[in-house]
Amino acid sequence: MAAIFQGVGAAAPLSSSPSNSFDSNKSVFSPPRSFSVVRSDGIVNLNPKGRSAQRLISNAVATKADSPAASSSSKPGHELLLFEALQEGLEEEMERDPRVCVMGEDVGHYGGSYKVTKGLAKRFGDLRVLDTPIAENSFTGMGIGAAMTGLRPVIEGMNMGFLLLAFNQISNNCGMLHYTSGGQFTIPVVIRGPGGVGRQLGAEHSQRLESYFQSIPGIQMVACSTPYNAKGLMKAAIRSENPVILFEHVLLYNLKERIPDEDYICNLEEAEMVRPGEHVTILTYSRMRYHVMQAAKTLVNKGYDPEVIDIRSLKPFDLHTIGNSVKKTHRVLIVEECMRTGGIGASLTAAITENFNDYLDAPIMCLSSQDVPTPYAGTLEEVTVVQPAQIVTAVEQLCQ
Amino acid sequence: MALSYLRSSSSRSANLLRPLSSAASLRRPISTDTTPITIETSVPFTSHQCEAPSRSVETNPSELLTFFRDMALMRRMEIAADSLYKAKLIRGFCHLYDGQEAVAVGMEAAITKKDCIITAYRDHCTFVGRGGTLLEVFAELMGRQAGCSKGKGGSMHFYKKDSNFYGGHGIVGAQVPLGCGLAFAQKYSKDESVTFALYGDGAANQGQLFEALNISALWDLPAILVCENNHYGMGTAEWRAAKSPAYYKRGDYVPGLKVDGMDALAVKQACKFAKEHALKNGPIILEMDTYRYHGHSMSDPGSTYRTRDEISGVRQERDPIERVRKLILSHDLATEKELKDIEKEVRKEVDDAIAQAKESPMPEPSELFSNVYAKGLGAESFGADRKELRATLA
Repeated sequence: MAAIFQGVGAAAPLSSSPSNSFDSNKSVFSPPRSFSVVRSDGIVNLNPKGRSAQRLISNAVATKADSPAASSSSKPGHELLLFEALQEGLEEEMERDPRVCVMGEDVGHYGGSYKVTKGLAKRFGDLRVLDTPIAENSFTGMGIGAAMTGLRPVIEGMNMGFLLLAFNQISNNCGMLHYTSGGQFTIPVVIRGPGGVGRQLGAEHSQRLESYFQSIPGIQMVACSTPYNAKGLMKAAIRSENPVILFEHVLLYNLKERIPDEDYICNLEEAEMVRPGEHVTILTYSRMRYHVMQAAKTLVNKGYDPEVIDIRSLKPFDLHTIGNSVKKTHRVLIVEECMRTGGIGASLTAAITENFNDYLDAPIMCLSSQDVPTPYAGTLEEVTVVQPAQIVTAVEQLCQ
Repeated sequence: MALSYLRSSSSRSANLLRPLSSAASLRRPISTDTTPITIETSVPFTSHQCEAPSRSVETNPSELLTFFRDMALMRRMEIAADSLYKAKLIRGFCHLYDGQEAVAVGMEAAITKKDCIITAYRDHCTFVGRGGTLLEVFAELMGRQAGCSKGKGGSMHFYKKDSNFYGGHGIVGAQVPLGCGLAFAQKYSKDESVTFALYGDGAANQGQLFEALNISALWDLPAILVCENNHYGMGTAEWRAAKSPAYYKRGDYVPGLKVDGMDALAVKQACKFAKEHALKNGPIILEMDTYRYHGHSMSDPGSTYRTRDEISGVRQERDPIERVRKLILSHDLATEKELKDIEKEVRKEVDDAIAQAKESPMPEPSELFSNVYAKGLGAESFGADRKELRATLA
């Protein structure tokens, strides 16, 4: 295992420098570590029609002028969609470690309802890519039991909302066994699946489970938002000895991006600097990142300079990166898809207030989804989540 | 009979201190005689979808005396825990196993430490059967550092990884899917070992059990589901909670066996049979007809939903230790005095362990935050707090 990391460690610094798109003067990051390649391509090229378009496809590494790191198409790496990036990460880890297995509904022969596990069953066989019956409570429990012996299952919830049925297993067994056994057992599972508000999927299929899981001690939660960090977080989550819940988003699976060919991971506890700025810190994650970046275009035109951070790590928060940003801009806006009550934004507000109150020039603003079950009607659903226009207004208010 | 081992005290106290990684010390041969004896179980086995094993069980004097000693130890340990609880040295929940010792002891006789056992919260004796020491038990019950989970788990969270004892779980029924996961891992690693997932008659009505059973049967996992039917789910009798109290038949397409859980030899035979079956054919259910003398837990007197007569009746007619004692005496394997001496010795062992556990300190305050996450492992990570030292791989 060490040999692999050494190899990666040697290669990474060479490739990371040209693709770093943030100005090192304003860098709030510590010097590049051995293999965590943190990128912040300005993902500004969003389909301006937003949610009413059929697909939310974004060409992250486009030939747009305002993306400083974007170079020509002769850039190394390969282009793929987010679900393919997840699949690549998963496949690489399964190849690397024979203890990694996948279990979930329709993950095997069907290839996964979002194609994240496509082709894996053919390649690795039925014992490593397991089609389970529709019994979330028990197969999550089984995955955790297997992890207690040293296997590394990746448990897929077809929709994160279904994992509510496995809440007991996730909370009591997954999160707590390391503690209650006095450290005897580690539970290296990855629990992943799509969540978030989709396209008129109805209330039960549009849930944001990060707010329910965030209190569970002993688990880590990460949310991916680009093909690059999707693959990186998937790999890091599989390699971690702690249970990790990886939140994907239903509407982001078809994002396209060019990612490096070589092996890389993204640190689980680290936030991503999407767009450095001076006036206000906007903290966001998952799909709302794109709404924020769309709003950022408008804000830039209006003369504001927002700093956008994709927090990525929902538990624990990367207070190091966030804190450095707050100390610089003194204004914080949180944009999330969770509901207002008891969401990630609520916890983040508390954490920032506790730790960085002296640096704030204005109260923290938190834009969240409405505290309602997600309605089916398209117009109502649109109003349930935060839209770019609201973000622009919020920043204007904050920077008065 | 070579009963001189009884008084070999030189290694005994050392045994209490040293963490036992195998049950070998617990099974210190009081008699080394291994001439086979065949004994009939109390009642024949009842089977469902399979052929029941024979009533005749092969054993030997050494094993019978080991049964006696182990069960006497477990009995004494549980009674002592009762006193400690009443003295407020043990707090919270404390679920005692006295009356059910034959299940733990008979199971161990049929399997190896490579096989996994997972059970619910009535786990003190199962832990000891797997090789746990009395010190670890009492220290954990009293929340001390010397406990098996460093005092952070408590009565319902005993674990012993090196002898494949996976706990120790507080939520009813949740351990069964975990157990099937253990069986899956055994099949995955081609271990040729099996998992015994124990649960009670109350948990038998949990949906996740049937989910897990379906998956185990589907994937041919070496999982043995053992229902320790003590006829009461907390305060509710089985006939009031289950439409069909034939728990061994509940598996439908999964074979089952009903066993007299108060007869250690029957338990041994059934577990041996189940292990062979599971390795070849996938899951099987064992129903152990057993009884607990105490209430559900220490906060339950155990007499509001059953009569004192019933409890004393079972104690007189079916007590597992008395059965083995009668067997030993009738086969002339030891004298009554020798058996009484074993009981006295066991009592002293328990008292010594309690005294030692009382001396163990409470956990350090910093232990509050240890073992929440596994640190310094996997890829480069900062641990739960990025300000801490980062763990990087060389």
